[in-house]
Amino acid sequence: MIFGKKHGLNERLLTFRHGVHPEEYKELSDHCAIERMPFVEMYTLPLSQHLGAPSKAIVRKGQEVRRGELIAEPASFVSVALHSPVDGTVVSVGLVDQPNGQMAPGIRIKTDPYSPQRMAETPIPDPESISVGEFLKAVQWAGIVGLGGAAFPAHVKFSIPKDKTCKYLMLNGCECEPFLTADHRVMLEYTRDLLDGTRILQHFVQAERIIIGVEANKADAVKALRQTAEEMHFAVEVIPLQVKYPQGAEKMMISAILGEEVPSGKLPIDLGALVTNVGTIAALSQYFRQGKPLIERVVTVTGTAVKRAANVLVPIGTPMREVVEYCGGLTSKTVRILLGGPMMGVSQKTLDVPVVKGTSGILLLTDREVQDLDTYNCIRCGRCVDACPIFLNPARMGAMAKSKLWDEMEALNVMDCFECASCSYVCPSAIPLVQSFRIGKSMIREKKAREAGK
Amino acid sequence: MERVGLNDLKIRVLIQEFITGVGILVGLGVFFAFVIAIAYKRLRVFEDPRIDEVEEMLPHANCGACGQPGCRAFAEALVKGDVTPSKCTVSSAEGVERIANYLGVDAGAEEKRVARLLCAGGKNEAHNLADYRGGLRTCRGESVVTGGIKSCTWGCLGLGDCVEVCNFDALYMNEDGLPTVIADKCTACGDCVRICPKSLFEIMPLSQKLVVQCKSLLEGDLAESKCSVACTACGRCVADSLPGVIEIKNNLAVVNYDLNELTKPDAIRRCPTKAIVWIEGQQFADSVKSELPVGRVERYGNY
Repeated sequence: MIFGKKHGLNERLLTFRHGVHPEEYKELSDHCAIERMPFVEMYTLPLSQHLGAPSKAIVRKGQEVRRGELIAEPASFVSVALHSPVDGTVVSVGLVDQPNGQMAPGIRIKTDPYSPQRMAETPIPDPESISVGEFLKAVQWAGIVGLGGAAFPAHVKFSIPKDKTCKYLMLNGCECEPFLTADHRVMLEYTRDLLDGTRILQHFVQAERIIIGVEANKADAVKALRQTAEEMHFAVEVIPLQVKYPQGAEKMMISAILGEEVPSGKLPIDLGALVTNVGTIAALSQYFRQGKPLIERVVTVTGTAVKRAANVLVPIGTPMREVVEYCGGLTSKTVRILLGGPMMGVSQKTLDVPVVKGTSGILLLTDREVQDLDTYNCIRCGRCVDACPIFLNPARMGAMAKSKLWDEMEALNVMDCFECASCSYVCPSAIPLVQSFRIGKSMIREKKAREAGK
Repeated sequence: MERVGLNDLKIRVLIQEFITGVGILVGLGVFFAFVIAIAYKRLRVFEDPRIDEVEEMLPHANCGACGQPGCRAFAEALVKGDVTPSKCTVSSAEGVERIANYLGVDAGAEEKRVARLLCAGGKNEAHNLADYRGGLRTCRGESVVTGGIKSCTWGCLGLGDCVEVCNFDALYMNEDGLPTVIADKCTACGDCVRICPKSLFEIMPLSQKLVVQCKSLLEGDLAESKCSVACTACGRCVADSLPGVIEIKNNLAVVNYDLNELTKPDAIRRCPTKAIVWIEGQQFADSVKSELPVGRVERYGNY
């Protein structure tokens, strides 16, 4: 049992089993208040910023758009709308660079330099007087997705199947990735938006308990949330959790707080839990109360390679180069650009990609932090087995991946792996475990698609 | 002597026990032999002995190029007469002939097919945007990290996953960093098609000589800025060939192979980037010399 004395919280801290303790490096940016990024010349908006079907563009080349105006509509149920982040003119509708390295259809908008950039007036439904269906549709057309990183459409998550009930509404404020502080700042600065959004969502899901899980290293956020909730006379439980990676994975948070494990292949809602990121809920309130669809998000720009670490409110579609430039630019020794945190973030080959809805951080590392280690043979120490939060056997799966035995990997439940990289982090032989699991998963998925296509 | 008598008795008992034991075992053996004999007669499944013979004549590669799950299944299909022996692309011509003679069927005329790489952007032609220093030096490993470091999203990553997966040594990396298919050894099994993360391989009959070696969906200068041999969708090849043979689809020239007899080498003559080629035999040259530095990294600005 671990008490939170060290963090100034005199209570027991809950957690899950296994996991790792990477160095935090949050002090680089956790004290930096959120600042607004100035408007830049050009915005690039890929149509597929969320999981599911890409949105359908409804603007033409040369068309003038207003800030907050709808520019692409959802193509199916698992898809969301997209809005213009600026007043400006559509330059092209065609292939654009995406942060995942692929080129995909997108919209490029040139900013009108003389515009006051006021939000376009659109009628917003009153959340207290609409039905659940109308609410879900409003969320979908507001373009809101999970801002934790996976960018899963929020309305799909909020629509609870008929045979299930939502008993626990859980807000995820763990932010267990080292370096990232965007959610921390959102909890501190958008506390009222966050709690108000929770109230809106609670109106529709009618949960028995409302829980906000926060890692204990954000004690100030825990206190701020508790105090504001009391002022708003809103019964939420703010539960501090042990500082451990990957505490912020939704399945890990559920097992920490509820003491129950989400079975393989099931969703949290099968246990009656609905887990969303705190930023998503704040965006929900900002849409219904201020009429702002998801056109900007808080991004942590950090790492030792950037001149000034900051938490920046960036309009979606801003080129990453401009964001880095705004933070003072890079030092000369930069060797790695990561989107997201150091554990799960993806390396980038170029800064000429836009910030998208799923970008939680831009991490810039120098050659001091990045070491290319030589890979040695597995010495069967079992550290990866002790680290895996979902109790898989990474050592065995790694051996299978080396021999390209994808079917055997599937039998070892590699498809349950959510790629937290704890195994690669602890491996003393520096075996690229999680990397090979990603390959294995893609091979298995491709094989299934081939078989389904036959 | 009483002692001797006793010993006699003992020996007799022992012999008796020995005989009983052996008797029981022999009896059981004979009984089960009968059971097996009856089962063999009654439950016997007739299997054409030719299947074994034919399987013996096949190359035992189990590659699946014939479309069957393995050599045994192919042998069964052969004996049944569902397929012709020439479907096996691994067998030599004599091997095919032998099976055809043994089964007394026509060998069938199967055109030789080989894997073709639909990318010509090697180290000399396409530049990189970064340095890949991951622990996994494979194409699959590189492609899960931001789609690979090459400037062209669609292009060959050049780390040779296909060379490693090929069971027939039909692939090697040439000096330009492109996998080169040795047409004589290629059996068209499709292993390279499946492993390539960019899906750049395609199995084609040797008679399809007009090939567009590019998959880039970009147009014009933008495509050419990423790779010097990209298809810029200029449409010259369309104009230089008979109507309907080549079409521009998604900023890419696409050859309609239903009209393969109408393709002519004229189509490639005016291609400004040499993205469309006329292949006789091997696709890429072995040694490629260039004045440009190989594997160069080009970036915009300082970083």
